[in-house]
Amino acid sequence: MTGPARIANGLLTDPDRPVGFRFDGRSFLGQHGDTLASALLANGVRLVGRSFKYHRPRGVVTAGPEEPAALVEVVGPGGREPNRPATTLPLGEGLVAASQHRWPTLTFDLLSINGVFSRFLPAGFYYKTFMAPGWAWERLYEPLIRRAAGLGRLQPVAGAQAAPAETIHDHADVLVVGAGAAGLAAAHRLGTLGLRVILAEQDEVLGGGALQDARWDTWRAQMDARLRRLGSVRCLTRTCVVGAYEHGVFAALETLTPAETAAFGGLRERFRIIRAQRVLLTTGAIERLIAFAHNDLPGVMQAGAALSYLRRYGVAVGRRPAFFVNNDEAYEAAIALHAAGVEPIVVIDARAESRAAERARAQGLDVHGGAVVQEARGRGRVRAVRIVDRDGRSRELEADCLLVSGGHSPWTALASQSGASLRWDESIAAFTPALDAASGCVAGAARGCFGLARAAADGDAAARALAAGLGRSAVAVAVDPALALPEDAEVTPIAPLWEVRGRGPAFVDLQNDVTTDDVRLAHREGYEHVEHMKRFTTHGMATDQGRIGGLVGSAVLALARGLPVAQVGQPRPRPYLQPLPFAALAGSDVGAHFKPKRRLPLHDAHAAAGATFVAVGLWLRPLVYSTETGWGPVLKEARRVRRSAGVTDVSSLGKIDVQGPGAARFLDFVYANTISTLAVGRARYGIMLREDGMLFDDGTVARLGAEHFILTTTTANGAAALEHLEFHLQACCPELDVVLTDVGDQWAQFAVAGPRAREIVAAVVPGIDLANEAFPFMAAAAATIAGLAGRLFRISFSGELAYELAVPAGEATGAWRAVLEAGRPFEIAPYGLDALNTLRIEKGHVTGAELNGNTSADDLGFGRLLKKQGDFIGRTLSRRPGLAAPDRLQLVGVRPLDRTKRLRNGAQLVAPGAAGTGLGYVTSSTPCVLEDGWFGLALLAGGRQRIGQRLHAVAATHGEQIEVEIASPHRLDPKNTRVHS
Amino acid sequence: MLRIRCPWCGVRDEAEFRYRGDASVRRPRGDAGLAAFTDYAYVRDNPRGWHLEWWLHVGGCRRLLKVSRHTVSHAIHAVGAPDDHLPPPPDGARE
Repeated sequence: MTGPARIANGLLTDPDRPVGFRFDGRSFLGQHGDTLASALLANGVRLVGRSFKYHRPRGVVTAGPEEPAALVEVVGPGGREPNRPATTLPLGEGLVAASQHRWPTLTFDLLSINGVFSRFLPAGFYYKTFMAPGWAWERLYEPLIRRAAGLGRLQPVAGAQAAPAETIHDHADVLVVGAGAAGLAAAHRLGTLGLRVILAEQDEVLGGGALQDARWDTWRAQMDARLRRLGSVRCLTRTCVVGAYEHGVFAALETLTPAETAAFGGLRERFRIIRAQRVLLTTGAIERLIAFAHNDLPGVMQAGAALSYLRRYGVAVGRRPAFFVNNDEAYEAAIALHAAGVEPIVVIDARAESRAAERARAQGLDVHGGAVVQEARGRGRVRAVRIVDRDGRSRELEADCLLVSGGHSPWTALASQSGASLRWDESIAAFTPALDAASGCVAGAARGCFGLARAAADGDAAARALAAGLGRSAVAVAVDPALALPEDAEVTPIAPLWEVRGRGPAFVDLQNDVTTDDVRLAHREGYEHVEHMKRFTTHGMATDQGRIGGLVGSAVLALARGLPVAQVGQPRPRPYLQPLPFAALAGSDVGAHFKPKRRLPLHDAHAAAGATFVAVGLWLRPLVYSTETGWGPVLKEARRVRRSAGVTDVSSLGKIDVQGPGAARFLDFVYANTISTLAVGRARYGIMLREDGMLFDDGTVARLGAEHFILTTTTANGAAALEHLEFHLQACCPELDVVLTDVGDQWAQFAVAGPRAREIVAAVVPGIDLANEAFPFMAAAAATIAGLAGRLFRISFSGELAYELAVPAGEATGAWRAVLEAGRPFEIAPYGLDALNTLRIEKGHVTGAELNGNTSADDLGFGRLLKKQGDFIGRTLSRRPGLAAPDRLQLVGVRPLDRTKRLRNGAQLVAPGAAGTGLGYVTSSTPCVLEDGWFGLALLAGGRQRIGQRLHAVAATHGEQIEVEIASPHRLDPKNTRVHS
Repeated sequence: MLRIRCPWCGVRDEAEFRYRGDASVRRPRGDAGLAAFTDYAYVRDNPRGWHLEWWLHVGGCRRLLKVSRHTVSHAIHAVGAPDDHLPPPPDGARE
């Protein structure tokens, strides 16, 4: 047995393949093809969860992704996944699922007492109540609320076990969203006209509303087969378009079947980014609820859902159903259930008479015209309905389920996101969208064209119009007689009905427990705008985005405001239209693939030398050539540089080649100091400002020819500097003939530094006289380096005699080895980023910690570099008096008086005994290389005037306070004798 | 995500471009003074409607593009080189 309520064979289910599953610890049998919801209903299970706020009992309400109530946790070997709608959860063998929001058990829920006190838990309750005392929020209120509310429990699966996902980029001429009658007809037409079409359907099969009517089975099957034969149409089932973005970009989530998951190595989802020239929205319409007392009782369902369960899964949702409707479309479910042998069936129709009522009566159904349901009655499930007859008499009818239809609202979410305007259509009592022709169009029930034949014709017409707009004419294509459409029944129009006032809560949002009284409260408290009401009550903010009750909430608000619904409008549902797992959004960009790693050309050589690497932006740079932690190995590397020689890799610096007749003028414009006077064969330190006068970046500029320069930028700013130069060249200096080329990846560059550097470099760079007079400090030249065509610069970051050797990146290892070989007599060794920092801090060179975007040239002591003549970026605003104010934070050196005390980056500098804010802070700090004690750089208010003063450096996070002396930032060799030696 | 038709590369995703601000603002002459440069650095209109902007194709040809974009609908009606005069935005611009 696969459930006592299984009365027929379903379209999707296979009675010969029973599937075992567990729900809340009980074992059941379903059929292959079932969803969890259909299998539970087949087994007579009504109560499937408790509500979010009041812990009211809830059952299955719908048969699709619009489900507000039947949310369950799926328990797998790897973890628990909450908030899965049972209505879309495929029943796999061995599925284990559990209800949510109940404590301790589903049938006996202690917190349902919230429901009794619901008059004290109105909308906005949390905002108003848990206000004071302040400490109580974190320790008392929040834990309590989380226990009481909480949308399930997430137990993530970590690491390698996490299910992989992938991102797919799709392109199409037309994206058709929704494969109902309109979508199928449209995709077929577009495909036969040779357009590339993606047809995205959230359901597991094509058909949409056409699945509900047996007369359409032949047409549906034919369309399905034809579409699959058309090479130009791709049908993506289980693919929900979850967001519409500008310029024809859409996001969609494709969920794989268990068989596909097994075939693709555990892949569960594909996140698709679809780019389409046009979109055709055939998203259909969603049946809406009617608000009446206890309309959330298990057994109160949507009328269309009852038809879905019968057609798709062969399940009767009740033995003695009552219907509450205000439109003809809803009768299809009643007539189908009756034809399947379910009786007696009673229909309560708010309209006095209708064509559908006549048809129903003719088949033996009991129809009460002009009546309404005031209340669903029963404890834990529907036992009866209280109705008010057309003559005003109230009475109770026995029923085991109540199937409701308040009309059908076009699902306009994607249209709204695509920029559609919404128009109120009185004939269907709902909003319909109209899209700008440049983006696409809306067809079928999604624009209020109800009836399958009408929708199919509308889809076809829309497709022809779209094709014509894309230059494909549809004249020659005749309609295939095999595809003749069954006729639509004549219908009597809907009579709008939103709420039946009675005793007891009437819900407009079952997932967030929002009642019509909450909407009226929002109005009384001044939240009149529909978007404000939404946020005050949380109506429509749950995972179902208020699909079945959204418009009802708007209508209740409209009535309270005394306005037509058309004027009140409805809130715009934002992406994503269904919950997405973060894993799907991340795709394959996880772990090592989260971001690219940039390896230096000499990476392997560093690794072979035992380097520990550190990530600097995307770069991996050698931090220290040791696996030991602590300052020992760092200082060993730095001392070798100060005493003899070391070599370090600086290839990650940005390198920009600048050529052209206008190059010198352009560089004068982008650098704050003068570049044009630089002689060929010489280099210069240069600073760039932003237009607001603050420092942007620094580096060296070398002139290799009259019209040829090479710049270096900081590692962090490589890309930003190139962008800065390109922008200013093209926007401000279009008259200059200059070409910028990023050569950062073409050149490896390393610095040989130390008193013995000249001898070492001489051995690998023959043919250049390195004597001071011939190749002085800041000289630059093309050079043959270890047999490679390279460049030699005499520049220094360490404060020592130093050369930088640039060689083609692909052949750098040979040059690097040659340097190490030539330096062997001097015990040369590579030094890492830590030692590099140690050396530069002692020398007073600035880096990112000081070039932090808030410092001016004057702050860092570069004021005298700014050229007096000629325009440059930042010139005017750098002269603002405030940027030269004497109390600005200025660069200084800091030396603890107690040589055993360490200095900390970020330590605040305060006057002894002073309270309040500090005078500045330490930006960089290091143990001294050749002496005891620490030294640091700091930004200090009026710092240059304070040299010689004593302050306290306070590192509150370490509980440290030490006395320091303010000094020049240039601790090492302020007269630059070493670099000139 | 915007899709921008680069005159040199074709239609490309926004991710390839870097936004560089209001293209109707021109850098003043170097001697224009503090007030002019303060305006240039800090003062911008924030129009609801058509907006002329700089987009630098950093992930492509590195050319600077002048783009006319609608700040509400994000529609782009013209793209050109920095010194191109773009056609005026369509009448009855969409709100």
